[in-house]
Parts: sequence; C-alpha cells; structure tokens
Amino acid sequence: MKISFIHLFRIIRHGWKNIWLHKLRSLLTVLGIVFGVASVIAMLAIGEGASYEARKMIESLGSNNIIIKSIKLPADAKSQQASYLGVYGLTDRDLRKLETIPSVMKIIPAWEMEDDVWYYDKNISARIIGTLPDYKDAMNLSIKTGRYFDEKDLEKSIPVAIIGSTVRTSLFPAEDPIGKTIKIKSSYFTIIGIAGEKVFAGASESFVAEDMNIAVYIPMTTTKMFFGEYETKRTSGGIRSWERNWVQYHRFVIQVSETDKILTTASLVSDILSQTHKKQDYQIIIPLELLRQAEKTKRIFNIVLGSIAAISLIVGGIGIMNIMLAIVTERTREIGIRRAVGARKRDIINQFLTESVILSASGGFIGILLGIIIPKAVTKFAGMMTLITPWSILLSFTISVAVGIGFGLYPARKAANLDPIQALRYE
Amino acid sequence: MNQNNTTIKFENVTKVYHLGGIDIPVLRGVSCEIKKGEHVAIMGPSGSGKTTMLNIIGCLDRVTSGKYFLEGKDISTLDDDALSEIRSRKIGFIFQSYNLIPQLTVLENIEMPLFYQQVDEAKTREKAIELAQMVGLGDRIRHRPSELSGGQQQRVAIARALMNDPVLILADEPTGNLDSVSGREIMKLLCQLNEQGTTLILVTHDPNVAKYSRRILKMLDGKISNED
Repeated sequence: MKISFIHLFRIIRHGWKNIWLHKLRSLLTVLGIVFGVASVIAMLAIGEGASYEARKMIESLGSNNIIIKSIKLPADAKSQQASYLGVYGLTDRDLRKLETIPSVMKIIPAWEMEDDVWYYDKNISARIIGTLPDYKDAMNLSIKTGRYFDEKDLEKSIPVAIIGSTVRTSLFPAEDPIGKTIKIKSSYFTIIGIAGEKVFAGASESFVAEDMNIAVYIPMTTTKMFFGEYETKRTSGGIRSWERNWVQYHRFVIQVSETDKILTTASLVSDILSQTHKKQDYQIIIPLELLRQAEKTKRIFNIVLGSIAAISLIVGGIGIMNIMLAIVTERTREIGIRRAVGARKRDIINQFLTESVILSASGGFIGILLGIIIPKAVTKFAGMMTLITPWSILLSFTISVAVGIGFGLYPARKAANLDPIQALRYE
Repeated sequence: MNQNNTTIKFENVTKVYHLGGIDIPVLRGVSCEIKKGEHVAIMGPSGSGKTTMLNIIGCLDRVTSGKYFLEGKDISTLDDDALSEIRSRKIGFIFQSYNLIPQLTVLENIEMPLFYQQVDEAKTREKAIELAQMVGLGDRIRHRPSELSGGQQQRVAIARALMNDPVLILADEPTGNLDSVSGREIMKLLCQLNEQGTTLILVTHDPNVAKYSRRILKMLDGKISNED
C-alpha cells in the first residue's frame, strides 16, 4: 500500500506529538545539530563578509592595473642628521622607461601627501593626491556630485579639488561643498566634485589598507606648484621633529592592455625598476593576483569550515541516534502493540524515521535562526561586515535532514525488526 | 465440513522455539477447527502452549510445521507484510495487561488500528467515538490510560479490538488483572460481541471465565488433551 500525502502528514503530526511530549530531552538531543548548523551559517557569513570587502577593495584598484607604490625604507645613519634630505621613490625617469613597455597602455602617476584640510574652524587629516584626469577612470572613481578635474584644469594648474565622502561629511555636514573653498597648508582650493563612497576593509587586508574616502584629488600640476615635490613628516620625539624627503611620485597606476599580459608586464616592470633603484624603495601591487589569492584563501577557509561543520553534524547525528535507540527501547511495548494491530515493519520504520527527521530538521531550523542572529550581532557589536548566503542556509538544512535520515535509519530498523511477541511482553 | 463456515483450521501444527541452541517444542501437533461465530476457551496449565496457539491464530507467530488456514486461506506460507495485513483487517487482540499506549488518549488508542489502514481521519474518529460510547467510556475519550481503572482500560482495549470490524477476537487472559466485578462486566461485553456474530477465542486458566464459553479446548504439553 502506498503512503498518501495525507497519511504522511498524519505520521509527521504523530511524530511531532511524541517529540513535544519530551520537550527538554528533545531540545538537548538536537543541540549538536543546532550548534553545527548555526556555526556553519554564522562562520560562512562572517567569512563571506570579510572576503567580500577585500574583494571589493581589490577590485576598486582595477583588475587590469598594476600599481607601484614608493616606499620609504627604514632610516639609515645619515638621515639622522638635521640637514639630511631623503630621496626615495619613483621618478620621471622610471615613468618614461616604463612607458616603453609595449603591453603598457597608460601610466598615471600620482603624488601624495598627508595633511590637514581646513574649512573655517573644521579640519580633517586627509590624503592629498595630485594626479592626472585619467586617474578617475583607471581607479574606477565615481563622482557623486560635481565633476572631476580635466585637462584644462591640469594645464593651467587651477587650484580645484575633489573630496572623498568622509572629508565631505566631516567638513560639510550640512552644507553643499561644491564651490566652497578649503585650505591645505597655506593654499586654497575650490571644491568642484565629491567622490562616491569606496569600500574600506580596515585592517583586515593590510596590503591595500588605504581609505580612499579621506582623499582629496587635485591636479598634479597644481600640487607641484603649491607643494613642490617634498613631503614633510612629523617624526616622534627628539629636537629634530621634522623629516623632509624628496619624492617625485608616490604611485604609478599602470594600465595594461590585456588581462593575460598582466603577469608578464609586472615582471618587466620589476626588471626595469631594479636596474635604476639600488634599494627596492617601491612595491608592486597586482590587484588581479591579490584577488586570486583572496579567492584561494577563501576556498581553504571554506574547506576548513566544511570539515568542522561535517564533524559537528556527525556528532549531532550520533546524539540523535543515541536518543532514538533509547526511545525505541523505552517504547518496545508500544511497538509490539502497533505490530499486533496491523502495523507493518515499514510502518514502524516510517514512524521512528519521521521522529528522528523531525528532531534533526527542527534542530536545523533553530540552528538557522541562530545562524542568522549571530552574524547580525557580530555586525552590530564588532562592526564587521557579514554576508549570509542563501545557499549556506539551504545546504545546512538539507544536511541536517539527511543526518536525521542517516542516523535515524538504524534505530528505526531495529524497532521494526523487534519480534512482536517479545515486544508485547517487554516490561 | 463446509469451508465457508470454518474460520480456523489447524492441521497437525507444531511450534518449536530455539532458545540458546536448544529446541523447545511448544506445540506438538495440534489439529482443530473453529467455526464462525463460535466462543472457544483455551485452558491449560502454564507452559502448555495455549498462548503460543493464540499467537499463531492471531498471525503474530508462525507455525514450524503443519498448516493453518484462516477463512480457508493458508497462512503458514505468508510473509511478514501479509501477516500484518491480516492482523490489520481481520483480527482484534485483547491482552491481560490491556496494552494501551500510555502517551495517547483513549480516543487515539481506539483509533490506532485504522491508522494503518490509512482510513480517512474523520471517519476513523466518528467510529472510535461510537465504540467508546458502546463500551461505556463516551465521557472519557480525552483521558490518558493511566487516568482510568483497570476495567475501564480493558474496555478501551476492547473498543480498539473492534475498530477494524474483526472476524476474530482473540483475548489472552482478559480478566487476569481485574477484580471479579470488572471481570464479569468485561466477560459480559465479550459475550455480547460474540452473540453479534464475531468469533471469540480466549485463553484463560480461570474456570469462572471459561464457563461463559460453549466450547473449551484443554491443552497439556503442547497438545489438545480434552475437549468439552
């Protein structure tokens, strides 16, 4: 006789009744599944959130780009002298040489300075970037309002600025910044545009930890004219509390013609730079490579997570099996009675299998709720971004049901194979 | 004899249990016939094989050799599912210790046999209430077995046994756990059912119970020793 849908529903209802009869025992039984499922969803959400931020950040560097940053090497003995002027980083010569590489489409240089930006009495420590108009497209900058500076601004060294979103909110909390004038050192700049917000992953990915929301973009000719090519940094302690360095460019953004050629181009760049720079005072960043590494790290993370989840779900399943075996023993006489009034072995299997699946599925359900709450709490209290993926919920629920079937089958079979006569006599 | 009139036919039935490597013969060649509508008591001392015989009649147990026909159908060759089907459709059991399921209500206990026939829920409920009223427990259907007296519990068991309109009611010491007043009431109820046409077979060693029967099979050492 086939089991109709209505009958199945009745079996489930009866099973649920039996489980509800022993609420505490059932809850304790499914705790393993609950925590297994909750930890899978929560950890995946946290991991997914972290890698999402990292990925966005790397992507914002442009996947067809190679970025070279000037690095200030640790000070040697000479730099301790008061009159010493440090020289490091990328130069015009590097720029000309690198531009000869055939696969290089364009190189956009940038000069940077960290300094306070003032608007009347309000100020914020910002990252002043002197660059070319092409920088916007190369770095995927979006302009929320106003415009980016153009070739004309560059040519005439116009003192205009585009500000990042954090600069905007701290200097102009209530006003429209367009057309307003900000002060950097002793120079004034007119704001012509506001950049859209960029993802900033904080300290989680140190190699690209640059908050682009505190940036102020200015035409390079203007910064050269106003600030020269020196950077002045406050150093900690001592009488000589200022350090001066001559840096022509802080950064090259190299646009490569084809994605396939990124790696070979990067090694050519490295070769050329190592010829002219005795010390390696630069760093080559390949966003695409970073992206691949991030993906790989994530895969490993997922495998580790998967193993932990598998173990905890197996442990949870064993817990369910254990209790189901106890339940079968406890209800031996009931099994005998049911067999006597006409239940087939199959009916007994269905009954007990249903109970163990209900147990594990409700454990999975509670686990899902918990697994959704935990990442939300993490986001709220730890400020970490989390991303709950639907497939992780679906997967862990499916697995918990499968665990119920897998670990419920043995106790159910044991129940069905009891001799009815013996079972009826069981005390 | 007319086949249609015979409910049960045993042909030289034996039953041997294997316990710890030793063969223990329980039935040593039993042959008998029980006709439709009969009221038979099986009596005998402990270990005489009367409960085993009842279990075989009830399709809970199988014969070791010999043949058992139920309504003309050879039962000895059927598989477990088929035996369950026969129990489900044709047989009602009543036990000495009532054997109600403690976590279910009176009504749910009575309904159980039809659950396995996948009968419509509303119809099942209607019939169960009807039977509960018939055995005089119409006001107790929401109670648990533990809230009832022994006599009441046995009446629930009788209602359950009637749920599938059985051809055969098998009672194993139905009054064994009851005081004499409740015992008499239960026996009256069973006799009443028998008068309505259901074949009734009961196992007992209480002569007061056996005297209700029109036919008594006396068993000794796995054989029918005497028939009144």
